[in-house]
Amino acid sequence: MSEHHIDEVKKSVRIYITVFVALAALTVVTVAVSYFHLSLVAGIAVALFIATIKGSLVACYFMHLISEKKLIYAVLALTVVFFFSLLLLTLSGHHNTITGTQIVS
Amino acid sequence: MPDTIPYTTHERPDTGLYNAKIGIWLFLASEVMLFGALFSSYVLLRVGSTNWPLGHTILNVPIATFNTMVLISSSVTMVMAWASLKLNNFKKYRLYLGLTVLCGLIFLVVKGFEYNAKFEHHLFPSTSTFMAVYFTLTGLHGLHVIGGIIVNAYFLGPGSKMWFKEPERLTNRIEVSGLYWHFVDLVWIFLFPVLYLL
Repeated sequence: MSEHHIDEVKKSVRIYITVFVALAALTVVTVAVSYFHLSLVAGIAVALFIATIKGSLVACYFMHLISEKKLIYAVLALTVVFFFSLLLLTLSGHHNTITGTQIVS
Repeated sequence: MPDTIPYTTHERPDTGLYNAKIGIWLFLASEVMLFGALFSSYVLLRVGSTNWPLGHTILNVPIATFNTMVLISSSVTMVMAWASLKLNNFKKYRLYLGLTVLCGLIFLVVKGFEYNAKFEHHLFPSTSTFMAVYFTLTGLHGLHVIGGIIVNAYFLGPGSKMWFKEPERLTNRIEVSGLYWHFVDLVWIFLFPVLYLL
């Protein structure tokens, strides 16, 4: 391996440590926020926002998505579309009731 | 030695990737859909229910926070194992991969104690929709952790011999194994707040 590559890996190692510290700190923040007893909607929004940041850090740096080949981005873009379609389809089922239908709970 | 599996170290000209890498990403895409189906079921069940318990009233948040830290630590040791191979440091590779396996085992043991506590309080998957969702999601995630431990333990033991014959191929194998392990960590990052905090 060339000197240039070794330097690059060493630089990456420093980034991995920084990401680890950020992930640990964000975990503490998530738990701390849950003790504030926010409203349900605000609580869900904040928790999912922090989880998305943490997930992005793992995906971008540990899974190297920050500098990946186009084909992998294409596969993931398709996955994202299908994932949200799945979520929205099931949710649309919840609101999609035939007029006059009574929901028994 | 003949290379029976093509493109294990060299990139395929059309994809620009070695084969295992595109393979693992396609597999992870299918995993996203597997967990996605369960997450969407959770959302539908929760939205459709008249009352839903807050996770922290039933589940143990401090223990789950500890387990989150364990899994995050295992992710960083996993990527450090791969970086160690890139830096030609086989000893450090084994140290970091060993720590990754250890963290995975700690996660499972803690989860086992957590499950046991629930059973002692007569909380089973059949108790409520919430408990069914909890056991299904964490159970499936736990199975993924077990799978990752088995693969990493192989690369720590007999699989590591490849370093002396085909170091680049082993480095790529560890990258692929790492991608799976980070995905397992990523799933937990979402499971933790969804089940325990909301």
